[in-house]
Amino acid sequence: MSRKSSQSGSSPLEYLRRWPLQAWLVMVGIFLYAPLLTLMAFSFNDSKRNIVWKGFTLKYYDKVLHNDGLIAAFGNSLTIAAISTLISVILGAMAALLLWRFRFRGKAVLDGAMALPIVVPEICMGVAMLVFFAKVMPWPSGLPWPLNLGAIIISHVSFSFPFVAVVVRARLASFNRELEEAAKDLGAGEFMTIRDVLIPHMQPSLIAGALLAFTLSLDDFVITFFTSGPDTVTFPVKVYSMVRFSVTPEVNAASTILIVFTVLLTALAIRLQGAAAVAGGHVPDAPSK
Amino acid sequence: MEQNWKRAKAIFATVLGPPLAWLLLFFLIPLAIVWVYSFGTNVGLTQIAFTGTFSNYARAIEPLYVGIFLKSVGVAGLTTLLCLIVGFPVALAITFAPDRLKAWLILLVMLPFWTNLLIRTYALIAVLRTEGYVNLSLGWLWTHASGLMTMVGMSPLSSFQPLELLHNNFAVVFGLVYVHLPFMVLPLYSALDRLDRSLLEASLDLGAGHVRTMLMVVVPLALPGIASGILITFIPALGAYLTPDLLGGPDSQMIANIIERQFKRANDWPFGAALSFLLMYMTFIAIALQALLAKRKTQAGS
Repeated sequence: MSRKSSQSGSSPLEYLRRWPLQAWLVMVGIFLYAPLLTLMAFSFNDSKRNIVWKGFTLKYYDKVLHNDGLIAAFGNSLTIAAISTLISVILGAMAALLLWRFRFRGKAVLDGAMALPIVVPEICMGVAMLVFFAKVMPWPSGLPWPLNLGAIIISHVSFSFPFVAVVVRARLASFNRELEEAAKDLGAGEFMTIRDVLIPHMQPSLIAGALLAFTLSLDDFVITFFTSGPDTVTFPVKVYSMVRFSVTPEVNAASTILIVFTVLLTALAIRLQGAAAVAGGHVPDAPSK
Repeated sequence: MEQNWKRAKAIFATVLGPPLAWLLLFFLIPLAIVWVYSFGTNVGLTQIAFTGTFSNYARAIEPLYVGIFLKSVGVAGLTTLLCLIVGFPVALAITFAPDRLKAWLILLVMLPFWTNLLIRTYALIAVLRTEGYVNLSLGWLWTHASGLMTMVGMSPLSSFQPLELLHNNFAVVFGLVYVHLPFMVLPLYSALDRLDRSLLEASLDLGAGHVRTMLMVVVPLALPGIASGILITFIPALGAYLTPDLLGGPDSQMIANIIERQFKRANDWPFGAALSFLLMYMTFIAIALQALLAKRKTQAGS
């Protein structure tokens, strides 16, 4: 037999124990993480040119924290993400309930239409939003904050809520309908059954969906780029205008803050749901942005 | 069983109304307007007349734009292929990892994906630019090699010429692979994870090597998952805007960059609208092809 069992007692399928695969994993890990880690490390570098290590400094963080434009943009991004997440979770849960529970004419069409925002290229959706808010429903300018962010919030909800619907619907598939029957037999009305039986079952998927919607909103550049105005700049749009022409330690510092924020959000999700659920919640076959 | 809507009209109306209204008003109507615009012409600076003309589409099949479409498909295709080559062993490793490690490996792949796209692209600029880390390390190696050669009595190397790694097609493909790798790994993993392991063991027991088992047992069985991974990577890569914009040079424009230019700079909305819809049709064709393949596969299997 030519097959070699590299480690004694290990099953031949434990590919993770084989060194070529381990080397491959390490290389992919470097590929994925080295750019981000160097970016973070050099945000502490005391050199304007940002390439050779000159010593530790926090001055770029100080600069970022005193950059009013950047702080305002970050505040806008968080506000947009929070509001659009809230609306997306409500709409997504409704859509999931609708498609999971009811039989009606045109269901296949609606199902397909709900998948559209997931598959349509971002640029096309951005363009559509630009045209819509320029010609059909001009968003009044000069509204007090956060109402001036309305156009961006609306477009973020449009691409987020179908994702929430996918996540929630997957969870509903595991619902035992006998529980619903039991609730009704015991005298609960339709709405009471939904509130006290269905929604508790949906809860983990509502949290997962909310995290997904929040990340999608915080991450979005292209669609926001087409709907933001001079006084409604989000964090990615602001960073874009800074990155467009130069690489500066200040951008490194701002990016580091956002990366740390993302890692903290992920850690929170892991604490709430466990690593397997957080990882598993994103494995379904539905295409993601 | 699904319930007939007539048996719970109040609830049906409550859960149907808001999502449907939102989808119509804030998604389908905007797209429909763009579609109508694609048959229009510019009159004046801001006015667009709907004339039912096909001239925008005719312009889109001029060699310049056909070239850009082909190039975008090529770049997205190459990106997808590279993601498949890089991602397959990763998915394999995750599949056969112990359960506890598995979730953490997936998280490790997902974490960059949750990080802001713009920041990841910016990180690549810092790595690839002329005075970036790659060139800096190469330059350091070069000078030291040169010094070593002088020490052993050879003539020193000529001064280090930094590699042009940024603002070209290489940078665009590199960046797209970097950004889209998780899209490929996750569907591959979920396909591999569903495989019946006894088939692999049988193949190994019957004397096939690991490579042969991979190619002749694992790949055919995981084909639907591979196909969906290809689709999920190809579609966003085809419509990528940010990566070619920031990492590309003047000749690495992709469809999305041309569309953006029509709307933001050239102010030719009807033409931009036509290009958007062509991109969308290409996306739909890719999805339909995959669905067709999947269907034939299941029919052949049954």
